[in-house]
Amino acid sequence: MDIKQISVFVENKPGRLATITKFLGENHVDIRALSIADTRDFGILRLIVDNPDQTITLLREAGYTVSITSVIAVAMNDEPGSLAKVLEILYMAGITVEYMYAFITRTKDHAYVVLRVEDTKDSRARDILMNNDIHLASSEDIYSL
Amino acid sequence: MIRGDLRKMEQYFQKEIETAPLEELQKMQSERLVDTVKRVYEKVAYYRERMDQAGVKPEDMKSIKDLKKLPFTYKQDLRDTYPYGLFAVPLEEVVELHASSGTTGKQIVVGYTKHDLEIWGDICARAIVATGGSCHDKVHVSYGYGLFTGGFGLHLGAQALGATAIPVSSGNTPRQINILKDFGSTVLCCTPSYAQYIGESLHEGGDTTDQIHLRAGIFGAEAWTEQMRKEIEKSLNIKAYDIYGLTEIMGPGVAYECSEQTGMHVNEDHFIVEVINPETGEVLPEGEQGELVFSCITKEAFPLLRYRTRDIGILTRKKCSCGRTFIKMSKPMGRSDDMLIIKGVNVFPSQVESVLLELGYPPHYQLVVNRVGTMDTLEIRVELSQEMFSDAVNVLQAHERKIREAVRSTLGIAAKITLVEPKSIERSIGKAKRVIDNRQK
Repeated sequence: MDIKQISVFVENKPGRLATITKFLGENHVDIRALSIADTRDFGILRLIVDNPDQTITLLREAGYTVSITSVIAVAMNDEPGSLAKVLEILYMAGITVEYMYAFITRTKDHAYVVLRVEDTKDSRARDILMNNDIHLASSEDIYSL
Repeated sequence: MIRGDLRKMEQYFQKEIETAPLEELQKMQSERLVDTVKRVYEKVAYYRERMDQAGVKPEDMKSIKDLKKLPFTYKQDLRDTYPYGLFAVPLEEVVELHASSGTTGKQIVVGYTKHDLEIWGDICARAIVATGGSCHDKVHVSYGYGLFTGGFGLHLGAQALGATAIPVSSGNTPRQINILKDFGSTVLCCTPSYAQYIGESLHEGGDTTDQIHLRAGIFGAEAWTEQMRKEIEKSLNIKAYDIYGLTEIMGPGVAYECSEQTGMHVNEDHFIVEVINPETGEVLPEGEQGELVFSCITKEAFPLLRYRTRDIGILTRKKCSCGRTFIKMSKPMGRSDDMLIIKGVNVFPSQVESVLLELGYPPHYQLVVNRVGTMDTLEIRVELSQEMFSDAVNVLQAHERKIREAVRSTLGIAAKITLVEPKSIERSIGKAKRVIDNRQK
């Protein structure tokens, strides 16, 4: 159920993002989902890819600053109100979402969203969501999308 | 002179002089200065010309108050007179030569008479005794032996004290550790970074400090922080003492640290120290930060007068708990060549380095100074390490804030902190390109 997210430090200067994505493309890394958090001086590129372990090694060897974070991938019906329901459950349980973003790919019925909650509450969030019949995507589901 | 064994229980190597009342000390300095100036004026053409140009005659020098009348001596003067132009005795009286290449420019050469070497031994013996040393010590010298002055100074000091000198010289760390264990070295002398390395290697090799007998270390010849001192003290289970010196003046031992560990006592019976404003040359009062300037008042072969060290420090005559009356100098805070004036504040890149090291960050940084209108701005780019990185923006911003606050309290100046990618700051060999000052463009 653990989805590995790769975060890459990106200096805020022209062409940096293009260089990184080009590097990933050349190495046949398939991006399943991404988001970028940016401040005035730097950004953090967050990625869900088809082969996280290999991608991390590639990036490290190329000198990028990277980290791995465990995130939750929620599969929900692709219809209005689904996301609100998930967030309501977490809110009621007192769990803060640090950030979230949606998957680029989706299946016929399901849309996927990546949730990053507070470090200490990760497993509780998983339990609560499952107890509320929310479907969490497995790593196999995600990496092979 | 009574040496070594008879003094083993004492706290000082030469108590009368190390604890002399200030008045007595200054009287001695005045006499010695007047003699030295007279001697170099007679013997060294270069000094004679410089003093004539400045309109100073040896007769004008009556006491240490007249020191400021003398022109400064710069490293360039040593290069211009290379090799023997500043020697004040015939070469047959010189028994040893040393040289310093420095990172910038041509090497310089200095000489010692037999008497000069005795003084060098004495001042280094004072440094060893100030760490609680005695003739029972085994002084393990891991500074390089050669043209560099590092090794010989403490070697002579150990012998002057009647202790045992172990001239291991630098390098071959496994051998250093074997000697520490087998010979029972009690005092380690080397650069602080090498002491750190020896400590790490000892533990990595599966040994503990129970297997060595060190009680103290005397470390110098490079900049180090209080944080490094704590680490070395812990990893080798010793007390770590600072020592200051430079080849041009004598070598290690010009100033030495006592049990208080709050700065180094300058051997004022042999050297006069001043602090000056590096821009104007004006002598600054005690307690103010400026460039350290040394004059030799007992040296025979190579007695430099008012030598500009380029080291920035602070002097204090505050009473020291060790009982020594010699003036104390702070650890050098940087080089005057590197000094930047930003918003009217003196800033040294090395201060930024200390801040980063104290906070546990790698010291890879660059200062960028700009002028917006009439206002100076300082940006400090800091390379992000793998350990600092996180997927969360607020964690990175907290790093920036922590560095910004430490810079503000240490340097007294507001800086913008920018985290940059690892290895993105240009490194030339040994020395990164630390400062980009766009104000001059």
